[in-house]
Amino acid sequence: MASVFASVLRRDLILGVRRRSELMPALVFPVIVMALFPLALRPEPSLLQGLLPAVAWVAVLLSVCLCLETVFRGDFDDASLEQLMLSPEPLALSVLAKQLACWLLTALPLLLVVLVMAALFGTPPRALGMLALTMLLGTPSLVLYGTVAVALTVGLRQGSLLLSVLLLPLVIPVLVFATSAVTAAPGWPWAELSFLAGMLLLALSLSPFLAAAALRARLC
Amino acid sequence: MPSPFMQKLYSYAAAPVFYDFAGRLARSFGMAALLLFAAGLVGGLLLAPADYQQGDGFRIMYVHVPAAWMSLFVYMVMAASGVVTLVWHVKVADALGRAAAAPGAVFTALALATGSIWGKPMWGTWWAWGDARLMSELVLLFLYMGYMGLQAAIPDRRAAARAGAVLALVGTVNIPIIHYSVVWWTTLHQGPSVSSFSAPSIHGSMLLPLLFMSLAYMCYFFCVLMVRCRCELLQQERHRDWVRALVAGGGARG
Repeated sequence: MASVFASVLRRDLILGVRRRSELMPALVFPVIVMALFPLALRPEPSLLQGLLPAVAWVAVLLSVCLCLETVFRGDFDDASLEQLMLSPEPLALSVLAKQLACWLLTALPLLLVVLVMAALFGTPPRALGMLALTMLLGTPSLVLYGTVAVALTVGLRQGSLLLSVLLLPLVIPVLVFATSAVTAAPGWPWAELSFLAGMLLLALSLSPFLAAAALRARLC
Repeated sequence: MPSPFMQKLYSYAAAPVFYDFAGRLARSFGMAALLLFAAGLVGGLLLAPADYQQGDGFRIMYVHVPAAWMSLFVYMVMAASGVVTLVWHVKVADALGRAAAAPGAVFTALALATGSIWGKPMWGTWWAWGDARLMSELVLLFLYMGYMGLQAAIPDRRAAARAGAVLALVGTVNIPIIHYSVVWWTTLHQGPSVSSFSAPSIHGSMLLPLLFMSLAYMCYFFCVLMVRCRCELLQQERHRDWVRALVAGGGARG
C-alpha cells in the first residue's frame, strides 16, 4: 500500500515539475490580486498593514481555487484516473498522494509568494511569522477540502466557476481563524491555531475518503 | 427472509409504489398545512397581544422563525437521503434529495429576507455583518446554491444525485463548524450598537401560534417535497413502462 502512495506521489511531482509553466499563472495571480488593493485604496502604510491579513488570505483562497482545478484534470483527460479507480489498492490512498503532491507543488510556492508580497506591504515581523504559520496550517485544509469539490466537478464544462461556489463557503472557518490569529492581540493565539490544526486533522481524516466517493459518484 | 415490516418498507423503495404513496401523502400534508396555516396566522396576527417592546412588529416572527428552523431541517433531510443514496443506492432517495434542495433554498432566502425586514425597525439596520445567525444563514444559502448548481451542471441524473449526496454530507459536517466559527468571529468583532434581540421569555398566547406555524411549515414542506419528488421520479424513470402507461392513461393514477 505504501508503494502505491509513493508511486502516485512521485508521478504527480514529476508531472508537476515538467509542466511548471502551467503553474506560473497561479503564482502571478496572488501577486496581482494583492497589488490591486493599494491601487484601489490609498497607498497609506497604516491602512495597508491593517488590511494585510484579509488581503493575503483572500488572495490565497482565490489562488488555491484556481490551482486546484488541475488536480484531476490531466488524469481525467487521458483516462489514467479510471486506471487508478480500477486498481485493487484503495482509491483514497492515491487521492491522498495526489493531495500531498498538489500541496507541495502549488500551496508551498504560493505561501512564499504571498509572504514576499506581505513584506512589501510593510508588515511587522511578528505578523509576518504568524501569517506564515497560519498559512502552513490552513492551506493543507484548503487543498483537502478543495479536492473533494474538484472531484465533484471533474470533467464539467462550467467546473471552475462551480468549484469556487462549492468550496469557498466550506472554508470560511479557515479564513476566520487564520485572519484573527494574525490580528490577535500580543501573545500567542493558542485558540485560533488549535482550531486551524483541528480543522486540518478533521479534513485529513475525512477528505481522502470523501474525494474518492465523489470520484466514484462522478465516473462510475 | 425479511420480516413483513421490512418487506413493506422495501416495497416503498420501488418507484411506482412510491409515486402513488407520495401522491396520497402530498394531499394529506397539503390539507394539514392549510388548516395549520389558518390557525397559526389567525392566532399570530389577530389573537396574540402586541409585544410591550416591539408593538406589532414582532408578528413577523411567525413567518421568520419557522422559516429559519426549516432551512436547517431541510438540509438534514438532504443529508439523510444522501446517506441512503450512497449506502443503499435507492432511486427514491436520489429523487428526494434533489427535490428537497429548492424548497430548502427558498426557506433560507425567506428567513434572510424576513429577518432583514424585522431588523430594520428593531436594530435600525437592514443587514448586520456582525450578527452570527445572519452570517451562518447566509452561508447556508450559499451551500444550497452550490448543491443546486452541481445538480444542474451534471447531465446524468443518477451521477448528479450521488455527487449531491457527497456534497450534502460534507456540508453537514461543516455546518456546526461554520456556525461556531462565525459566532466566535462576531464575539471578537461585534460593536455594541447592534446586538441580537432576545426576549426575556415568551408568553403562551404568543407561543402557541408559533407552534402552529412551525407545524404548518413542516406540512407544507412535505407536501411540496412529495409533489416535486413525483416529478423527479417521472423524469428519472421516463423510459420505464409504468411511466408510459401513466402517460397513455392520461395521468389518472394516484
